[in-house]
Formats: sequence, structure tokens, C-alpha cells
Amino acid sequence: MTDLTELTISDAREGLRAKSFTAVELADAHLAAIEAANRAINAYVLPTPERALEAARRSDERLGKGEGGSLEGIPLGIKDLFCTKDVRTTACSHILDGFTPPYESTVTANLWAAGAVMLGKLNNDEFAMGSSNETSFYGDVINPWRREGSDAPLVPGGSSGGSSAAVAARLCLGATATDTGGSIRQPAAFTGTVGLKPTYGRCSRWGIVAFASSLDQAGPITRSVRDAAILLQAMASHDPRDTTSADIPVPDFEASIGRDVKGLTIGIPKEYRVEGMAPEIEALWQRGIAWLKDAGAEIKEVSLPHTKYALPSYYIVAPAEASSNLARYDGVRYGLREPGKDVISMYENTREAGFGAEVKRRILIGTYVLSAGYYDAYYLKAQKVRTLISQDFDQVFQSVDALLTPTTPAPAFGIGEKSGDPLEMYLNDIFTVTVNMAGLPGISVPAGLSSEGTPLGLQVIGRAFDEETLFRVGQVIEDAAGPRLKPADWWSASA
Amino acid sequence: MSVDRATVFRIAHLARIAITDEEAERLEAELSGILDWVAQLDELDTANVEPMTRVEAMTMKKRKDVVADGFCADDIVKNAPHEDDHYFVVPKIVE
Repeated sequence: MTDLTELTISDAREGLRAKSFTAVELADAHLAAIEAANRAINAYVLPTPERALEAARRSDERLGKGEGGSLEGIPLGIKDLFCTKDVRTTACSHILDGFTPPYESTVTANLWAAGAVMLGKLNNDEFAMGSSNETSFYGDVINPWRREGSDAPLVPGGSSGGSSAAVAARLCLGATATDTGGSIRQPAAFTGTVGLKPTYGRCSRWGIVAFASSLDQAGPITRSVRDAAILLQAMASHDPRDTTSADIPVPDFEASIGRDVKGLTIGIPKEYRVEGMAPEIEALWQRGIAWLKDAGAEIKEVSLPHTKYALPSYYIVAPAEASSNLARYDGVRYGLREPGKDVISMYENTREAGFGAEVKRRILIGTYVLSAGYYDAYYLKAQKVRTLISQDFDQVFQSVDALLTPTTPAPAFGIGEKSGDPLEMYLNDIFTVTVNMAGLPGISVPAGLSSEGTPLGLQVIGRAFDEETLFRVGQVIEDAAGPRLKPADWWSASA
Repeated sequence: MSVDRATVFRIAHLARIAITDEEAERLEAELSGILDWVAQLDELDTANVEPMTRVEAMTMKKRKDVVADGFCADDIVKNAPHEDDHYFVVPKIVE
């Protein structure tokens, strides 16, 4: 039998239906891979093998009767930001120690209804605040990729670093992730995987631990563009319990795969050619442009004049919303409690002990920009800049169907390389954060290797609720980029 | 420095985080650095720009004012660090 962990979701779906293997065999192969890899990679903070096998057995029963949903028997990893009923969910923060939700997030409920099997909960930056998965209470995730000729550990990106590393290291067929400023696309680019941030409102936020509610959106990380379409199909839905969930039909995303790009106009935003960008990133971008041109798309240079203001305005809006959202962690209703001489000092001691340095930094920035006398100068100003950024996109989408950019300004960096300087870390999201500010969909597709032998990604940005064009363009990039990227396995050997 | 030590402690108290002196020293520099960097937004004239208050153009949905959930007190207090007879227990507030 072929190695079952090498399959794509679409391959596995066919194999299960053809009874070439069972869902239990598929789950077993992945549980063994997790067992061998997790000590080195640290992608899973909580493997759930018993639950996985039980779900796989039920999938086999349904498949045996010729029944089953669109993801029947497909083993997935779930980012620890998604509440899973009776399974510990902490957003990888000390302050949520031992929290076991009595309810299921809408996105994961949709996945289980489609027959998917949960392998476990995946590591992430604490409360999804980070670009390297170095802020998790459960320790760093290690990128399965290494620089050529080096065994220095690299970051898997963040905040969905457990998701990206698990998919790249073949520890699940696909994973859920969330993206507030680039947290799906940047880790996907760093690990040679596909990451899709859907339009704001496409997936319900209900039951997902909140970071910045006007920016947060759930999406998939997978090993192929088709798999991203399959997974998003199951994740997306209109949910009355999330007032910002879009009450519009979810199209058949997989039908877009393989549709050509002839006649599409692809915009190249000149402001993304930033100073100091590595020549190999520029070369990658030019290669992507050539691929789309060869496939029949029209290429057009466009301008998004407010691009450089996206990141600074994001670092007002996101911390402001975070400081408000994270006010609920007070040691009263769930998670950690540290005693104090009165109720206020109990709150203060609990939050001091429970939050990590990056989370505190953002809560304090958010508290500052929302405090009396500063609200207009910072928060209102940032919301106005957000309007300008959004208008830039509205303008260019009158003449183009999608935009092509690099996903990140550089390939994966080393553990500890950037954790000393918050601003330097924030600059990682320079190409991805605009999309969150405008609420648009974006996909990162692996497009080649850096001079260091590590993956690089190209990003396609689309109109609101037009993920279909992203799948069309993404598939062309995937086909042109050549064979699927795979890191050399050093981790099982060290287990 | 746009933020001094006293301001750091004042914000931390507003945010209910009991930061240490060492943290305050580090945060003074970090918060100032971040706030100085976001100040580049002042280059933009936004006098006639509406703030973005919703992400997608849609009217706010309102649900019917009916009970949709309830009778789950056990679930609600299940994760509490200190609970007694379906109450959350906290340090004494009123003497």
C-alpha cells in the first residue's frame, strides 16, 4: 500500500470510496506519523487518538453502506483556537488552562457533519498573536523545512504554525487555521503549503477564540489548491449565531478547479515592490506573472496607494479589538486564577501570570489607543485609513479580476532570529495584512524554493466573495510550479 | 519616547495586568517604538474620510428576541476556577 499520509484530500476521498483502504487505516497512519514526529515538530498540543479512531470507525460504517459526507473519513488537524466540545481548547494561552468547551465551533461542527475525523488540536501563537509560532504557551513549533546543508531550526510561520507544520510534515491531510493579519497565508508560504483566507463573513466566527473580531476569519491549510476548495466548502456556511456571517449561498468551489484563466485580468500592485525586498522574491513574482501570461491571462500594473499604511493602521485596530475581547479573561468564569488581596488584584495577578509577553504588549497598546484623549488620534484615525485601503481595492477591482503578489517579503527565518524586536516581526505581514483590513479573500500557493532551499509562496487576492477566481488562478500557479514540495524527513529519525 | 513609565503603569492598571518593574521598563521602550511607528498615519489627510465600521456592505442582522438556549447552568460553571451551587465565587467585594 502507498504511504497513506502522502495522499491529498481528493486522493484519499477517492481511495476511501473505492475501498482501497479504510478510514481507520488512514487515521492509524496519521496517528503513527504524529507519534513519531511531534516531539521534534511540536505541531500538536493535544493529539486525540481515541476520538480519531472512534470517528474513523463510524466513517467506515457509513462508507460501507455507500453513505457519508463530503469529508467522510478524512483526518484533519484543528487549530487550538477552535472550540471543540469536551476537548481542551486554550488558544495556546496559560490563561485558558484546562478549558474544555461545552460547545463546538460552527466551523468544526460543519466539518464533523461532513464526516471529517479530528486527529488533535494544533499549536498556534498565543491567542493567534504572532508570525512565527514562538509565543505559544506550549512551546515553539519547528518548521519541517530546513535550510540546505543546515540543521538550524526555522519557524513555521504564525499564528497558524501548528497547522502549516502538520500539513507540510504529513501529520494530517489538511488543517483548519485562522487569519487576522496573515496567519494562514504566511505560515503556508513558509512551509510549502496552500493557505486560504476567505472573505470576511464566509466562515462563521462562532466558537472561535476571538482576537480582533473585524479581521478574524477561518480558512484551510492544505497541500493542494483543490484540497483548499474541498475543505473551504465544508467549513463555510451562513450562521445566525455570528451576526457578521454572510447570508449568501456557498458556491461549488471545487468546480472552479481546472477552469482556465483566459480572459482574466491580473493586477500587479506596484506598491508591493518594497524597498529592500530580496531579489529572489522579485524573481519569484516575475515567474508567477509569466505563468499566468502563458496561461492566457492579461497582466496589468495597478496602484494601491495606501498600501504602506495598512500595517500601522492594523497595529491600532487589531490591538484595540484584542484588548476589548481579552477583557473576559479575569479568573472568574474559566481558566487560570491567581489569588489576590481583593477582586481587582485577583484580576491583575491572574492576567499578569496568564498572558505571555506579546499578548500583554498588544493588550496595552489597545488599551492605550482606546483610552480617554487618544481614541480619535489613534483608533478613529486607523478606521479612516482602513476606509482608504478598502477604497484602493474597490478602485482596482473595477479593471482587474484578481491581484498577484508575493505572500511574504522573505522565506522562513530561524527560531529566535526576530523575536527580540516586535516591529521587525510585524513587518512579516506587510503583504498579507491589507487583505484583512479590506475583508477580502487571499490565497497563498507554493511557487518554488528560495536560494536557501526553503519554500516561497505567491498570493492571489480577489474581490469580496469571489474565492472562485482564487481557486482558478491558484491552480494555474500550482500546475506551473511543478511537483508538490516536500521537506526531507529528519524528524521521524530523531523521535 | 511617546510613553513614559508612569503611563505604562497607568495603562497596565486600566488593562488589569499587574506588570513588574522589569516589564514596565521593557514596555516603555516597546510601546513607544510601536506608537512612534504608527504615527506615520498622520501623513494622511483623513478629514473628509468616513471611518470603516463594517467590513462587508451588509445590514446588521437582528435575531428575534426569543429564548434560544438555556437550562445549562452546569455547563456554564463547569470551567470555573471556583464555583459553589451554580455561583461563580470571587473574593469579597463589599465589606
